[in-house]
Amino acid sequence: MGTTVFVRYLPLLLLAILWEIAPRLHLVDPSELPPLSAVSKAWVGLLMDGDLWTNGVSSFVNWFFGLGGAILVGVPLGVMMARFQVVDDVASPVVKALYPMPKSALIPVMILWLGLGAGSKIASIGMSCLLPVILSAYNGSRGVDHTLVWSARSCGANERDVLWEVILPSALPEILAGIRNAVAISFIVLVASELLVGQRGLGYLISFLGEGGVYDAMFAVVITVSALGFFADRAYLYFMRRTLVWRE
Amino acid sequence: MERVNTQWRRKLLRSSSVILLAVAWEWAARMHFVSDFLLPSLSTVLVRLFDDIVSGDLLFGLGLTMLRTFAGFSMAAVAGVVIGVTIARFRLVRWFFDPVVSVGNPLPKIAFLPIFILWFGVFDWSKIAMVAFSSVFPVVVATWAATENVDKYLIWSAQSLGVSRRALLWQIVLPSAMPEVFTGLQIALPISLIVVIICEMTMGGEGLGGSMMTSMRFADSPGVFSGIVAIAIVGSILVKLMEILRARLLVWHQESARR
Repeated sequence: MGTTVFVRYLPLLLLAILWEIAPRLHLVDPSELPPLSAVSKAWVGLLMDGDLWTNGVSSFVNWFFGLGGAILVGVPLGVMMARFQVVDDVASPVVKALYPMPKSALIPVMILWLGLGAGSKIASIGMSCLLPVILSAYNGSRGVDHTLVWSARSCGANERDVLWEVILPSALPEILAGIRNAVAISFIVLVASELLVGQRGLGYLISFLGEGGVYDAMFAVVITVSALGFFADRAYLYFMRRTLVWRE
Repeated sequence: MERVNTQWRRKLLRSSSVILLAVAWEWAARMHFVSDFLLPSLSTVLVRLFDDIVSGDLLFGLGLTMLRTFAGFSMAAVAGVVIGVTIARFRLVRWFFDPVVSVGNPLPKIAFLPIFILWFGVFDWSKIAMVAFSSVFPVVVATWAATENVDKYLIWSAQSLGVSRRALLWQIVLPSAMPEVFTGLQIALPISLIVVIICEMTMGGEGLGGSMMTSMRFADSPGVFSGIVAIAIVGSILVKLMEILRARLLVWHQESARR
């Protein structure tokens, strides 16, 4: 087991070694690619200063409220669109018209409306994640097997029971997959909005260090953000599998 | 008769929500519930959009954005398909790329933007490279899965007829992987658009994203709103074009017959 994992992830180790050696031997310019050891040292420095922590917390707040808001609004709206013809007729033309819009274009409008602070970032993230969540809840609940609904009704289930006991459980896999998409989008929009404006957050820290020419620290923050994105996805995937374990 | 009636009502209802939204926008702006700066009226925005089209500004920005998008996207498409096919065929390549892809795919690639600026400068190349880097992973993953899942009986029967390895690749493996590869491309194209807009907004250099940011800095809100309308329209046209292209290219495939 140990050796297979080692062999499997050996390429990443090789890349890390290459990252260390290439700048040291001046195969690439060390100012353009600081060696891994320098980056790790800068990372420890940022952690000790508390820079990583304070900016990380403010990024987390934006991310949490943006994505959380999108889920809280998007799932009920999507399910309602699937359940009630009127809601569907009113909402789906708007949803379908806006869905293909490149989400990042919303950022300037949100800055215009809500200013340079956290509000515009939360709103940008929320709006960008909303459409994939709505659409997955809509498709998931529309795809529910009609015979399931009918048999529940014939057993005397009321509208509310049908929703909680039949529709939501069978739509769950699709909803969870939609939220996974939204998680990926949320990270893109979070970093983009912080790179663009503002005085806080990991994205701001990256651009601040980059403009100051402190490249080893900049690389350290880039790697941190990437690692956070990666582990968020993995943790979500684990949660998703646990939640869907009853479906085999 | 009644059925015709309800169909008409549904159509009316469906288009009415968009029209209602447009009317509400115009009305709210005209009644000055919010300032002109926060919400310029729809007619102002449309007039602005029309002016930008006539003056050629929009075409210029659109051209630059599309050039960057397609340069990056086609690099990602070619590289993604080649890497995906070789991963599925050669064990050594797979050993190397398997962890790289599984770690690289969920990364928020946009965080690498300042590194790309450092390496490629602030002009077109860094934007193109960023687009390619962000959109290559879905293509690799889709191609890899597709070439691995090609029907074994197809391959066996082709081999029993004595085809060469090259013919097997071009005439059996690639065509039957085509639908899934195209799905990968359909995921990658919106990512390319999102990323190109972000790059133009952060680095400047004209383009649709750049001019939107310039308008925002100069507090020119009709410019910001006409920018978002233009980008939304371009986005939907490109998504639609990909669907049409898919139907064209896969006209021989079962999925087209179902329509």
